[in-house]
Amino acid sequence: MTDKKWVTLFICWLIAAVSTLGSLFFSEVMNFPPCILCWYQRICMYPLVVLFLVGLFPFDEKIVKFTTPLSLIGWLIAFYHNLLYYKILPESAAPCRQGFSCTSVHIEWFGFITIPFLSLTAFTLITILLVTIHRTGLREKK
Amino acid sequence: MKKNKKLIIIAAAVILLVVGFFAAFKIYKANEAAKYGHIADSDFKKFVPDYAPKLGPDSAKVFLVEFLDPECESCREFYPYVKMIMNEFDGNVQLVVRYAAFHPNSKFIIKIVEAARKQGKYWETLELLFQHQPEWGSHHAPKPELVWNYLPQLGLDIEKLKKDMEDPEIQKIIDKETEDGNDLGVRMTPSFFVNGKPLESFGYEQLREMVRDALQE
Repeated sequence: MTDKKWVTLFICWLIAAVSTLGSLFFSEVMNFPPCILCWYQRICMYPLVVLFLVGLFPFDEKIVKFTTPLSLIGWLIAFYHNLLYYKILPESAAPCRQGFSCTSVHIEWFGFITIPFLSLTAFTLITILLVTIHRTGLREKK
Repeated sequence: MKKNKKLIIIAAAVILLVVGFFAAFKIYKANEAAKYGHIADSDFKKFVPDYAPKLGPDSAKVFLVEFLDPECESCREFYPYVKMIMNEFDGNVQLVVRYAAFHPNSKFIIKIVEAARKQGKYWETLELLFQHQPEWGSHHAPKPELVWNYLPQLGLDIEKLKKDMEDPEIQKIIDKETEDGNDLGVRMTPSFFVNGKPLESFGYEQLREMVRDALQE
């Protein structure tokens, strides 16, 4: 069973690594200015890359306990960002400064894939996978 | 799963991610160069509009387009290097100044330099404002009104300058600059284009080499 948990954690690490490199690509290569909400999501995502890697060698299930709060906080910010972005919440509620609106559209692949959407997807997947590892661990103990 | 196998999986993933990132980087930059090169061929005026301030002869082989913001520190730092390039390739390069008004007082300052241009003192004014930029353009406490202390030393007619600043033509230029900057993907200042190709990696040497290569083509 440890193998299954290891692979699940490995997938979490992959998602975090791709998200990190992807966000750096948007800001450093394509020169999109990151808005303030993006920065808060980065604060939650970037440490996950390191933490998951440490938890993989040797496999240590405790990593789930330390990373789930980060992933959940990131998810909440991403969720809020998406509400603003898709105009479910009014734009005036956005804590943005002049020039770097959190609701300005930079990419829109296939008409619905945007940067906040990608972030929310990544945090959702990571959180679900972490919960899966935790549940598998509980079942093993019984 | 053995520990070795796990290590190999991780190492392979790391290598793939890093290689993928740099491959994407190269492909993206090459696409950008091709895209803007195409605009330069089909729509030269997008890069070099008639109204833009120019330094160097129209017959120059290389046109160096700089999107700058008089209030941006990097533009100030970089300006002497642009002058060095202009001196080194004297007569073969034309500098075309475009504006990217990214700071709170940029538009105000652009109006001043454009109004000074009507009195034939464009480059002097731009250079003087760059020189005093740390005083009037500090990010924490910008004091744009300070510029009125420096400008008289150039022998400008300040009354006329203030009147010219309100010229709707200047506002039209600023709007056009914003539009062109967006079309050309300008998101930082200074942004350079050498014969329509964007400067790939930012730096004095890189810009100099790009101009030299364009002259040899």
